[in-house]
Amino acid sequence: MTLSSRWFSSSVKMLTAGCVLAAGLFVTPAFAAYPERPLTLIVPWGAGGGTDATGRMIGSLLEKELGQPVNVVNRTGGSGVVGHSAIATAKPDGYTIGVITVESGMMHWAGLTELTGKDYTPIALYNYDAAGLQVSADSPWNSAQDVIDSIKASPGTHKGSGTGQGGIWHLALAGMINSADISPDASPWVPSKGAAPGLQELAAGGVDLVTCSIVEAAALIDAGKVKSLAVMDSQRNAAFPDVPTLKEATGLDWQMAAWRGLAGPKDMPAEATATLSAAFEKVWNSGEFQEFMKGRGFGLVWKPGDEFAEWMEASDASLGEVMKAVGLAK
Amino acid sequence: MEALLQTIGLAFTLVFQPYVLGVMLMAAIFGLFVGSIPGLTATMATALLIPFTFFMEPVPAIAVIVTTVAMAIFAGDIPGALLRIPGTPASAAYCDEAHALTLKGKAELALGTSLVCAVIGGVMGSLVLALTAPMLAEFAIKFSSYEYFWLACLGLSCAVTISTGSNLKGFVSLLIGLFISTIGIDITAGHPRFTFGSVEMMGGVSFIPAMIGMFAISEVIRYIASPNSITAPPQQGIKHVFRGIGATLSQYKLNVARGGFIGAIIGILPGAGADIAAWIAYAVSKKFSRQKEKFGTGHVEGLVDAGTANNAGLSGAWVPALVFGIPGDSITAIVIGVLYMKGMNPGPTVFLNQPELIYAVFIVFFVANLALLPLGFLAIRLSRLVLKVPRNILMPVILMFCIVGSFAINNTVFGISIMLVMGLLAYLMEENGFPVAPTILGIVLGPMLEDNFMSSMIKSDGEISGFFSRPIAAVLGILVVVVWVIPLLRFLYSATRSGKPTAP
Repeated sequence: MTLSSRWFSSSVKMLTAGCVLAAGLFVTPAFAAYPERPLTLIVPWGAGGGTDATGRMIGSLLEKELGQPVNVVNRTGGSGVVGHSAIATAKPDGYTIGVITVESGMMHWAGLTELTGKDYTPIALYNYDAAGLQVSADSPWNSAQDVIDSIKASPGTHKGSGTGQGGIWHLALAGMINSADISPDASPWVPSKGAAPGLQELAAGGVDLVTCSIVEAAALIDAGKVKSLAVMDSQRNAAFPDVPTLKEATGLDWQMAAWRGLAGPKDMPAEATATLSAAFEKVWNSGEFQEFMKGRGFGLVWKPGDEFAEWMEASDASLGEVMKAVGLAK
Repeated sequence: MEALLQTIGLAFTLVFQPYVLGVMLMAAIFGLFVGSIPGLTATMATALLIPFTFFMEPVPAIAVIVTTVAMAIFAGDIPGALLRIPGTPASAAYCDEAHALTLKGKAELALGTSLVCAVIGGVMGSLVLALTAPMLAEFAIKFSSYEYFWLACLGLSCAVTISTGSNLKGFVSLLIGLFISTIGIDITAGHPRFTFGSVEMMGGVSFIPAMIGMFAISEVIRYIASPNSITAPPQQGIKHVFRGIGATLSQYKLNVARGGFIGAIIGILPGAGADIAAWIAYAVSKKFSRQKEKFGTGHVEGLVDAGTANNAGLSGAWVPALVFGIPGDSITAIVIGVLYMKGMNPGPTVFLNQPELIYAVFIVFFVANLALLPLGFLAIRLSRLVLKVPRNILMPVILMFCIVGSFAINNTVFGISIMLVMGLLAYLMEENGFPVAPTILGIVLGPMLEDNFMSSMIKSDGEISGFFSRPIAAVLGILVVVVWVIPLLRFLYSATRSGKPTAP
């Protein structure tokens, strides 16, 4: 199906839905069951990235469950602010939802926006990827402890990368050395446009360590260009059983992870939220979704509604604490 | 050897199946359609295909993407030549040149050259990909921010070279582009610049609406301002697309080889794709041409270089993507996702464990690029209808497509505002003799220049010498300095020479 025919068919469906609604108003005062027209799913990050891939997969599977087209729309830019604002400020009628990411709890600490997790109706958390500690394959470091010791011994010389200034992986690094009682700026951050360019710098010898998720580094680990020394999680990653947790390697109790969840604007009608939650739960449990997530190495987790809200609140608070500690909060 | 032949045989059976060839044909039509509509890019076409590839085997899934993209990048030349609106960013570099040829009544030559060069470039890029992928990837991965900084400098120096008319005005135009590229949140400090508190402005000025505005809207405004003064392209039947192509190609066979080589190499570098390949190939072509003065007036030479380079760049971008999972451009960024989904995790292991799939990908590249010849020909034949449409009907239609394209890239009305403002800017610039191409290049390369400069300065603790501290960086750096200094030396030389006779 081409772009135009997709638009055409969705506008035809909208038109039909509109007529049905108009007719329904005269016949019976009750509204037709939600959803009666196509949905828009906003992805706050660019086409081709991990968030986009999961968003498009969810969109196509939700479409089957809901019986209405789900149009995936990328609203990129401004370190995620643009897209996250678009979701939060959409009309809360259940027809605009979006994927929100860990950055939703960071942007307000950085002073970029007023938005917090409280501005959304949480549907469910579906993905969680812990940060890893990656170094070049020919690096003299062989354990996370080596890295910590070197940073302590010569502050300012060992540089890290993997995302933009103040991004989630920057926090992972700053928080890690902060938890070892080293000044967070002892390992300066070299901003990059994401994990891939950061890893490219690592392989080219431009930086010394990259604290992106181990999943993002998988291809270069396979290629023998990069080695992972630890995961900043409570348990090891099933796909990399030989990589210890940071606590096992160094005794530091520091964890950091990126997450993705489905949410809508605040104050969505209860009926819409319930329908979406039920449909999304089916999608999450489907073989296709599970296979897709595992195939790409995305961590799977399921926290619906209130649990997701609690998760966001806890994440927001701990991120704020770290951002203040490392001087990234405004 | 026998095992290799067996693998290649197996790869052939994977590709030459009715289903695979069928979806490739459909993808080709889709690609030609998307590419020829301004604002709908090859990247967007790829993103739209993703849900369909979910339900396909690995080989057809990749075949669909490769075919769509190859077709779209060529098809972008069609509106570029006929209407002076590049269909995709990769055609922007030589859009003016191709349109100038059309105005001279040589649309056939422009489009025929574009098509044949696209096919040759595609095949050359595929050869590079198939024969040298692991080796070249090993080289490209050594590029860090220092090397990219010099590369961006080289690209920006090209901008002034490629501009027609006065170098000074070209330079001013470039600075306007660089300024525009600073709008939005800067990646180094995470601080919003020139956003005036607007959330939309934080995202910066998107390149696609800006490009559509500068090329197309300015044309529409010019038409409105003086509907009769515009020389309509001469009514011409585009029948003999391939007439005279043989002579052109044999005259510029060196350009074809050079364009293909530049395209493939730039494609391989992560972060620089077909569009930048076309800009640089065009500038190189002009720099070394014996008929520099003809560039910009409808001269086919630059078209040969750049038209070959952008299609070669597409295949080149797959090299780091397949070998390291590092995208060579925005299209392969999406492709990597698809590869993971299909269990073909990028990395050297896929070459060892599933060589038949890798060879199938290579074969798909050759098939898609060769299929471009007949299908592209058909597309050109159909496009001649466009030239027959009267301008007072064509212009509103163009405006409509521009609005759709600017909206679609980010699904926001803000894109349309960018398009209109940039269109007005371009109109004012061109009316006063400022070329717009350097502005566009400034918007493209500005972020690359700034990010890599800032990263490099952070890495070297503020030492400028860091830019020459690595072998490749030092070579590139010296090259850039030479490019800057040569015109100066030449100026001084001619000044002293011409000064001598008057001296007593």
